[in-house]
Amino acid sequence: MSHATTGSFESRHIGPSAGDRDEMLAIVGAPSLEALMDEAIPRAIRLREPLDLPEPETEYQFLNRLRALAQRNLPFRSLIGLGYSGCVTPPVILRNVLEDPSWYTSYTPYQAEIAQGRLEALLVFQTLVEDLTGMPVANASLLDEPTAAAEAMTMLRRVHGGTRSVFLASSSCAPQTLDVLRGRAEPLGIQLDVVAPDAMAFDDRVFGVLLQTPDARGLLCDVRAVIGRAHSAGALAAVATDLLALVLATPPGEMGADVVVGSAQRFGVPMGYGGPHAAFFATRAEFVRQVPGRIIGVSIDAHGNRAYRMALQTREQHIRRDKATSNICTAQALLATMAAMYAVYHGPDGLVDIASRVHAQARQLDITLAALGVTQVNGSYFDTLRLDVPAGSREAIRQRALEHRYNFYYPPERPNEIQIAVDETVAAGDLEAIQAIFAAALGRPASPLPACGEGRGEEWPAALRRATTFLQHPVFHAHRSETAMMRYLQGLERKDIGLDVSMIPLGSCTMKLNSASVMEAVSWPEFGGLHPFAPVEQAGGYAEVIAGLESALAEITGFPAVSLQPNSGAQGEFTGLMVIRAYHLDRGEPQRNVVLIPASAHGTNPASAVMAGMKVVVVACDEDGDIDVADLEARAAQHQDFLAALMITYPSTHGVFEDAVRDICAIVHGHGGQVYMDGANMNAQVGLTSPAAIGADVCHLNLHKTFAIPHGGGGPGVGPIAVAAHLAPYLPGHVHVGVGREKAIPAVAGAPWGSASILLISYGYICLLGAEGLMASTRYAILNANYVKARLQGHYPVLYANPNGRVAHELIFDMRGFKAHGIDEQDIAKRLMDYGFHAPTVSFPVAGTLMVEPTESEPKAELDRFCEALIAIKGEIQEVVDGRADAKDNLLKNAPHTMSAAAADAWPHPYSRERAVFPLPFVREHKFWPSVGRIDNPYGDRHLVCACPPLDAYASG
Amino acid sequence: MYPADCKYTKDHEWIRITGEIGRVGVTDYAQQQLGDVVYLELPQVGRSLRMGESFGTVESVKAVSELYSPVSGEVVAVNSELAEHPEQVNSEPHTSWMIELRLADQAEPDALMTSEQYANHVK
Repeated sequence: MSHATTGSFESRHIGPSAGDRDEMLAIVGAPSLEALMDEAIPRAIRLREPLDLPEPETEYQFLNRLRALAQRNLPFRSLIGLGYSGCVTPPVILRNVLEDPSWYTSYTPYQAEIAQGRLEALLVFQTLVEDLTGMPVANASLLDEPTAAAEAMTMLRRVHGGTRSVFLASSSCAPQTLDVLRGRAEPLGIQLDVVAPDAMAFDDRVFGVLLQTPDARGLLCDVRAVIGRAHSAGALAAVATDLLALVLATPPGEMGADVVVGSAQRFGVPMGYGGPHAAFFATRAEFVRQVPGRIIGVSIDAHGNRAYRMALQTREQHIRRDKATSNICTAQALLATMAAMYAVYHGPDGLVDIASRVHAQARQLDITLAALGVTQVNGSYFDTLRLDVPAGSREAIRQRALEHRYNFYYPPERPNEIQIAVDETVAAGDLEAIQAIFAAALGRPASPLPACGEGRGEEWPAALRRATTFLQHPVFHAHRSETAMMRYLQGLERKDIGLDVSMIPLGSCTMKLNSASVMEAVSWPEFGGLHPFAPVEQAGGYAEVIAGLESALAEITGFPAVSLQPNSGAQGEFTGLMVIRAYHLDRGEPQRNVVLIPASAHGTNPASAVMAGMKVVVVACDEDGDIDVADLEARAAQHQDFLAALMITYPSTHGVFEDAVRDICAIVHGHGGQVYMDGANMNAQVGLTSPAAIGADVCHLNLHKTFAIPHGGGGPGVGPIAVAAHLAPYLPGHVHVGVGREKAIPAVAGAPWGSASILLISYGYICLLGAEGLMASTRYAILNANYVKARLQGHYPVLYANPNGRVAHELIFDMRGFKAHGIDEQDIAKRLMDYGFHAPTVSFPVAGTLMVEPTESEPKAELDRFCEALIAIKGEIQEVVDGRADAKDNLLKNAPHTMSAAAADAWPHPYSRERAVFPLPFVREHKFWPSVGRIDNPYGDRHLVCACPPLDAYASG
Repeated sequence: MYPADCKYTKDHEWIRITGEIGRVGVTDYAQQQLGDVVYLELPQVGRSLRMGESFGTVESVKAVSELYSPVSGEVVAVNSELAEHPEQVNSEPHTSWMIELRLADQAEPDALMTSEQYANHVK
């Protein structure tokens, strides 16, 4: 079998060896892998043919081919702007964050005690955003600027609380932002009016407004007057902005904004042909409980020391479901960390230098081009020149610019205008080249560049010049040498458990290998340097990767059409539902707005349905955890004139392949509905069955789960959707780039292919494994889960399995039986940290349980260590149950144990220090020390602090 | 365990009525289910509520729950001190009142549960 072939990626990706496999099968009690698959997966949905995919490549072959593809991306200088700017990633950040598995393989910091490093980094990000925008509260990032603007719109409507339904957006907001707003407003019954700010009329129907400064044309605006008019009419105001401009310009928070949004991309994150980047969202303190996405807060641990955690989680979809502030799960943690560290490394004075250089060069270019007879239209600007060129000359300039490998922005609706956005990477040579382009095209002589001013915005009106300080916190001053920066970053990451430390057995999250080979190209400049709105013919390498990935995902899902645009699974859900909605509307059935969702569904499903303007009807599950087919049939019949869709996760969130799935889909189709399959558990399907085979019409895929994109400590994610032929016409379009067909729904993200640069990872994963390797991965994922079940079911009850006693790729252990003895699932989760493990998923989908998903990448030896840890913990629980250990002062209740507690002179506990910190021999070999003790969650939510605490708090902590 | 001078709803609110005024809170059972309460969202004074209408939310670290008015009436006072110390909902659930209502219909409370009935309800 090719698995053992030297050089095959499959043998590196899959953890267990052939010998391990046979031992594991013996323990599982199955004669062969194939026999185990037959017992786990219903026969009716098995694929009959292997996937039709290209032959697998070795890592060496793949990287060589990718280098050739990279050469087909042309490294033009893109001075297009519109929310994407060239920037310099400091190499110390590139190497110690973006290319460092400790940062990119970690998970969302739900287990805060082993995530203090990235929690601190994200708190620094919030502090950066709060300081620069002039707002008191910021979240830990959103997917991109247009969706942040859409979240602002929906939050303002929520906090407004009244019946008003009109939202005004400035016509000089970025076109892609307006497009996303359109798509988000319409299903919610929000009337979106796009108007020039001066022409805005605030009547009693308007609940909010979106302005932008610097706007999409580069104009630096004083938004006070419009905000004032909005406020006097009882409306609220959101402002989109640019963090680098705010280094010099008056922040929107000081101009009265209620919400400030934007992208932190140019703080050291490559454009990457569209993403991923971190968007930000900042607001007033009184709206904090209405903020979408994650917020990092400060609390204390069991020893009274400062500790960080995610705050106010009750806002989020996993708890509040259809009443959540948003359907957002994923943030852009890795990119927010990069932006935060860019600010830490440069400090406030370094940022002023960068911003001043950008602005001074923009002015230099302005003066130079004016001498050639080109008029710059913007009154005050930061980095973007809006140029009025002589009639008929634009095409000649464009041609010449292309010859010299420059991209500018040519607004389609203003045929005599060109916009040029200066960025951090622009040098004097660029200014000379641009001058030469214009001079030649206009037939006028070039002259030497004029002298460069201070670039502090000294020519702006005083009202536009920033008067307040920022980034005064010590963290922005202490790490300015590379040595200090490297140590700061390494010190943070040592506090966290990523896949570089041990397995992360999170059910429903698929924490598999993110191989070095598939990660490598993400930081190549040929892929990182492309602007998303650059002419497509400059992106030949990307085009091949995108086409190859789309066709592979189509083959894997069994659906003919794919959109790679959605930036997360939740965004994929929203997109899929909007496509279904467009289909019903197009067929003249606008009343179809009921979505059936099983009680066991992930909280994003109902939250996404609400965003798509649908009504949620919950379908019961039976005691085995399966969808109650009789209840489904009754609900479908009851709502048959209004049925839009069923949302189903498969295998179920309970980790079981339900036999009835095809019947379930047939019932929904029989009542006029479509079937949406949540692809969270796709890792149990690839090559063995497919969304099309179970009878679905549309699905999303989590490329950051099944297809090897790393979780980045809480994002990026990529959530493409695949659809059946009848839904293909409605896949999302884009205002700048030709994706989508005539009936396309509006874009759901800012960039045409979403987070394009990390599509390379999933593309590589599929190319390296090929059809057989993908199928083998699925089989081993199922083997590993059933192996964990076989080893642990004598110690902890397994909640669900199919009639053959088999689980799919994950399984749920029921911990509720210990509650009577004062031990709960959290105690077990925290105690696992003392053994060096990240907890499984806690209390999802069933409260009081732990859900384990080992993935195919974990070798048998690691699975054995994990099982031994849980077996040992069971012994510790038994001591409490039997009264041999104290009910309150025991190994579980006091977990995790920190080094400082273990090394303290005083040891007040009835058990030994050794049992506390070295409970099994293997722990001693490879000890991970949690950096804080058990975190006090209520304290953090009652005393909310979501910026870096002041220096004295550091000193005392 | 559940004070006899209160009436109870199936949604775990209690109301203690004195004349035409009733004070409303959540039961010990409710606070146990919620865990550590961290936030209360309470209505404005003057709002009128129908029986069973949501008047706010109670949030713990892990859950959020709607609060439902046991009877119809006008909100005449809101316990702002409790809103600042939400942990009192955990420590003294049956004296931690959230809102004070002027009852619209003196007969309505007859439909609510007695302490004994409520104790059976949550058994």
